[in-house]
Amino acid sequence: MKYYDKLIFDLSKEGRQGYSLPSRKWESTLSDLPAGLLRSDEPSLPQVSELDVVRHYTNLSQMNFGVDSGFYPLGSCTMKYNPKINEEIAAHPGFAGLHPLQPESTVQGALWIYDHLAKALSAITGMAEFTLNPFAGAHGELTGLMVIRQYHMSRGDDKRTRIIVPDSAHGTNPASAAVCGLEIVQVKSKPNGLVDVEDLKPLLDDTIAGIMMTNPNTLGLFEKDIREIAALVHECGGLLYYDGANMNPLVGVVRPGDMGFDVLHLNLHKTFSTPHGGGGPGAGPVGVAAHLAKHLPVPKVVSDELGFYHIVDSEGEPCGRISGFMGNFGVLLRAYTYILMLGKQNVKMVGPLSVLGANYIKESLKDCFELPIPSVCKHEFVFDGLKDKSSGVTTLDVAKRLLDYGFHAPTIYFPLLFHQAIMIEPTETESKETLDGFIEIMRHIADEAASDPESLKTAPHTTPVRRLDETTAARQPVLRYRDMNQS
Amino acid sequence: MAKTVEGLYYSESHEWVKVDGNVAIVGITDFAQHAMGDLSYVDMPEVDDEVNAGDEFGAVESVKAASDLFSPVSGTVVEINEELEDAPELLNQDAFANWIMKVEMSDPSELENLMDAAAYEEMCANE
Repeated sequence: MKYYDKLIFDLSKEGRQGYSLPSRKWESTLSDLPAGLLRSDEPSLPQVSELDVVRHYTNLSQMNFGVDSGFYPLGSCTMKYNPKINEEIAAHPGFAGLHPLQPESTVQGALWIYDHLAKALSAITGMAEFTLNPFAGAHGELTGLMVIRQYHMSRGDDKRTRIIVPDSAHGTNPASAAVCGLEIVQVKSKPNGLVDVEDLKPLLDDTIAGIMMTNPNTLGLFEKDIREIAALVHECGGLLYYDGANMNPLVGVVRPGDMGFDVLHLNLHKTFSTPHGGGGPGAGPVGVAAHLAKHLPVPKVVSDELGFYHIVDSEGEPCGRISGFMGNFGVLLRAYTYILMLGKQNVKMVGPLSVLGANYIKESLKDCFELPIPSVCKHEFVFDGLKDKSSGVTTLDVAKRLLDYGFHAPTIYFPLLFHQAIMIEPTETESKETLDGFIEIMRHIADEAASDPESLKTAPHTTPVRRLDETTAARQPVLRYRDMNQS
Repeated sequence: MAKTVEGLYYSESHEWVKVDGNVAIVGITDFAQHAMGDLSYVDMPEVDDEVNAGDEFGAVESVKAASDLFSPVSGTVVEINEELEDAPELLNQDAFANWIMKVEMSDPSELENLMDAAAYEEMCANE
């Protein structure tokens, strides 16, 4: 692989063109714009040929690391392999060419898939009904909270404006709640990493809209007191929100609906093998218990007595509209393909295998890395840095050194409960050989920390770029090509 | 080992207070800047904002994390350290020489709820 770090602007040659647009075709339309909005100069776009563009992006793509190139144990993210058949199905012209404003009668197949994916997710999670409209996990969180708020408001119970969030929660939980206009109340964790029921009890009163929980939580631990927590929250009139970020280990084993949760969102890009977006298309379906179904957002897909599907804009007492149409259909297709390819029997293996892989790594490394909470984990677990910290080697150094050996680094410095957190999630898609290879390298790095700490503190050594100066990048970001020479 | 300064008041959330008459000068401790790593941004209140003891008044961000700041005292913000807007690294260089805000205290007796240097050092040692 050759080293390549050019910007497309570096390739620009005055007058070179890859494609030409008809000139001034829209001049008459543009003249209607206010003078202040019209450009006086040409935009400074790179001037390149088609071949320049193809080589540029192909070369850049080869500098990348993805789950298709190696092990990617990023905790809390469930970076499982995305099967290629998902792409094949989604690219089918009958799906890829759909328009959201096509007449219902011409999209019955797509609506059938929407309905059947919703039913499959209901079966897996134990929720009565789903909307597949939300565009991402956090968008699903907001939708779920809007359902909760709508439920209380529709009962005239309008003083429930506070929501409980554990201190171990993902940052999106309090953020989504704040966007929804709710006040956040924090509940503490016990030393064993689980929600402290005694700390929760005094918080429960008639101002509580509900509690947001991730189970297993962000330490990869199953909240064993969930039935008691559900009973307490319901008793005070609140609802239980399930953050589906960590649904992976439960698939086929336990259903949030059976634990007492009223609302949940799923991240299809985590649990159901659709691509992680990096800002691209995502999907965060929201499922609710039967008594909340009437508050799901519109538009909804419903079927009539003849089995024909309709898109309805007003039904029940919806919490509102959270998307233009029915979500990112291409992503939904990929998730449905994944579920069908596994089938009922194999879906049940997802959870247990992801738990087995995580515990295998944890037990194999706990003599070299500090394991703050030693119980059996679910799909992921957290180390608190190296066991022997005398060399001054930090979690960041370990993570950077892993890159030299061809592994993506785990999640670091999250959750915030530990100062040197390393959070590892292998997922069920990795073989024992891959896990063994990772364990061997992690043990080797722990040895290096003692024998040659400098090699870790200056890592990575073999990657296209060495350790980045993240502080200067954050303090003095250069965001435009034209600013580069001035910095 | 993070340093402390005698004669200041300390909060559990790692802010320090220096008292000047009825004005509380507030900053973050050396322990806090060390735990955060290189700071890239300091979010400060505005002059004339009301702050309450124990409530959030701003935040610090580093490449590693973002952390809320909690006011050790109640009162009105009379001045903020504008130098930190362009140079958050001053807090890394010397956390005690660089304050974040000055508060005209409405209830100076709240200072009694804070720790002295020795008690704060002991708390940090157990973290």
